[in-house]
Amino acid sequence: MSFLTVAFAALFYAATLLLVVGLARRIALYWKTPAPLKIPTTPAPVTQGGVVLRMFREVVFFESLFKSTKWTWVFGWMFHMALFAVLFRHLRYFQDPVWGVVTWVGPLFKYLAFAMIIGLLGLWARRLFVDRVRYISAPSDHLMLLLLLLIGVSGAMTTFVAHTDVVAVKAFFRSLMTFNFSDMPNLPSDPFIVVHLLLVALLMIIFPISKLLHAPGVFFSPTRNQIDNPREQRHIADWARKLEQ
Amino acid sequence: MAKADFEIPQLQEFPEVPAVVPGTMAHSQPYIAKPDFQEPLGFPGELPDDWHDKAIEAMGDLLGKYRSLQVYLDSCVKCGACTDKCHYYLGTSDPKNMPVGRQDLLRKVYRRHFTFAGKYFPKLVGAEDLTKEVLDDWYSYFHQCSQCRRCSVFCPYGIDTAEISMAAREIMDRIGVGQKYCNEIIGKVYKIGNNLGLPEAALADTLEGLEEDVEEDTGVAVKYPLDVKGADILLVTPSADFFAEPHVDGLIGYGKVFHEAGVSWTLSSKASEAANFGMFIGSYENMRRVSLRIREAALELGVKRIIFGECGHAWRVAYSFLNTLAGPFDFLDPNYPVPQHILEFTWGEMQKGTLNIDKSANDHMVVTFHDSCNVARASRMGSEPGGQFKIPRNVIKAVCNSFVDMAPDTIHEKTFCCGGGGGLLTDDLMELRVKGAKPRMEALKNVIEEHGVTNMAAICAICKSQFTKVLPYYGMDMDMIVSVHQLVSNAIVLTGQNSDDDDDESADDDD
Repeated sequence: MSFLTVAFAALFYAATLLLVVGLARRIALYWKTPAPLKIPTTPAPVTQGGVVLRMFREVVFFESLFKSTKWTWVFGWMFHMALFAVLFRHLRYFQDPVWGVVTWVGPLFKYLAFAMIIGLLGLWARRLFVDRVRYISAPSDHLMLLLLLLIGVSGAMTTFVAHTDVVAVKAFFRSLMTFNFSDMPNLPSDPFIVVHLLLVALLMIIFPISKLLHAPGVFFSPTRNQIDNPREQRHIADWARKLEQ
Repeated sequence: MAKADFEIPQLQEFPEVPAVVPGTMAHSQPYIAKPDFQEPLGFPGELPDDWHDKAIEAMGDLLGKYRSLQVYLDSCVKCGACTDKCHYYLGTSDPKNMPVGRQDLLRKVYRRHFTFAGKYFPKLVGAEDLTKEVLDDWYSYFHQCSQCRRCSVFCPYGIDTAEISMAAREIMDRIGVGQKYCNEIIGKVYKIGNNLGLPEAALADTLEGLEEDVEEDTGVAVKYPLDVKGADILLVTPSADFFAEPHVDGLIGYGKVFHEAGVSWTLSSKASEAANFGMFIGSYENMRRVSLRIREAALELGVKRIIFGECGHAWRVAYSFLNTLAGPFDFLDPNYPVPQHILEFTWGEMQKGTLNIDKSANDHMVVTFHDSCNVARASRMGSEPGGQFKIPRNVIKAVCNSFVDMAPDTIHEKTFCCGGGGGLLTDDLMELRVKGAKPRMEALKNVIEEHGVTNMAAICAICKSQFTKVLPYYGMDMDMIVSVHQLVSNAIVLTGQNSDDDDDESADDDD
């Protein structure tokens, strides 16, 4: 096995561990931190079903962002939806056998890499050229866009410009997933796939320690996930109950 | 036009988002609370030597108690959706008045002390130590947020800057840096029972005066009872309703509605204040203590229902928090929500047909309605979501022939704060209040010019006081602002009322 193969095997195990453990700890923290008061942004749903629907509109259509600024919504929504489509297509590199639907949408979804890249460029343009957004941007905000952009571009290069040996890539990841290293091939070493995988691992590592926590965060946002029923039900946290004794 | 030693914003027909001008409001700070005002609330009198560590410790404590704070400090991606939504940014151009700019004052210290990236790569993620300068910025800018929640409507993660401002104020209180206006008032509530420090005798006097006025006016003996044991309804209303204009005209209206509905009701000298400034300073303990007065008054008077008068933040605490803070209210009549809003009551009576209304009494007005921020975005009226928008308008339309709404992105859930909410209604913040009122003033001016609006109705003591003070700065008449129940009071024809036309309404003509 090549050095590259061993190094990337180690890297992806480490990155996966950091991602899963980091995210699990963060989610556990959000879960166990109490929300001591009812603070849904009203008008808010008065039933649990209504809350599920509100959250669905928020995470699928970015409802609040749509109310706010159309340009950010266009680029942000385009980027996220294209990202999910591209990730869905990536299942074919990890599944054996591959779901029919993944095979079926594959040829179509690969072009969504361009939507992803355009979305990111649009978001970056806003960050650079709208004075208010420029003011609130830290270096990490620019670098995050750069990272995602490089991941998108390097990935698209392997598909559209310099084909990589995806069969070998898949066999590599299947070995990692099944812990069966006997017939693990060497990872292709052409620059685009190496850069792509390196940056993906980096993204996985920084996910739980960066603003990417907005992904789990939105589900825990009390202004969005609470039912508007404070007159009907007391909503008292454990630490607040202690004040009553 | 009122005089000012600062520049009054120009109103525009088509409001524009101003370019960023850093630092324009860095000088704006309210007076700091003296030790005498801090200690009754359980806070230290002044900044201790180890203030830095105490502040970080307080932040850690709040992070463990409030999911909102923890999630919101983590989740912001700096997308900019909120940057043009705050009335204080729109009125001042100061980027630290953009909701995210304000949050970042706290977030940068959070990142420095509570996140991996901020501990090891502070420059990269914009993390900063809590220095005296940062604390100074906190004091300035967390007292430039009216906790109106307009930003939370537009944030893709629902980040509510009010939650961040409340936490920041609590942290500052815990290191002896409290705000005089709020903390002095909370002290008065504990000592006397209301924000204005009106003792029981003065209250009784005022109410007697109101009874005389109404009887002289209408020939009907409408009662404004105080501390009547065994009454069905306890009315809790902001203390400004007892004497300020136009608030008191609203109180007169509540009394007339109760009278015609034939219910027995009472005010309480113990709970003679609806507002709960404990929320403004983010202190659960103080908010709870202030709320418990209402429970105690209800128990002592043996009432069956609790109804709140027109007040915005008060209604938020009442609707959203009272049951949690001071419940359960199982000793009250279960057939009614606890608490109810006076508009829910009045609208209910209107639907039952118990009120005799003469709409023409308000024909000298073309009325628009200002949705109070905390009623709009932090509470409800009635059983349907959005009732807080419909019910006040239904009541206004039931008593006025001419009603016009302001521009759609300035009403309902997108309403602008009056500029004086959240503990900022103090003269030492006059510049901020005038500038923060700009978006509402623009929307108002537009309906005045297009539709000949003569009056703006409101359902919040703070809005009413703020507009009365601020309208003249923009060349408009302070009497334009009216209580919703003032309109009801004008139009209601009491059983047995004198039939002669009286025209003692303050002249509402505009110039």
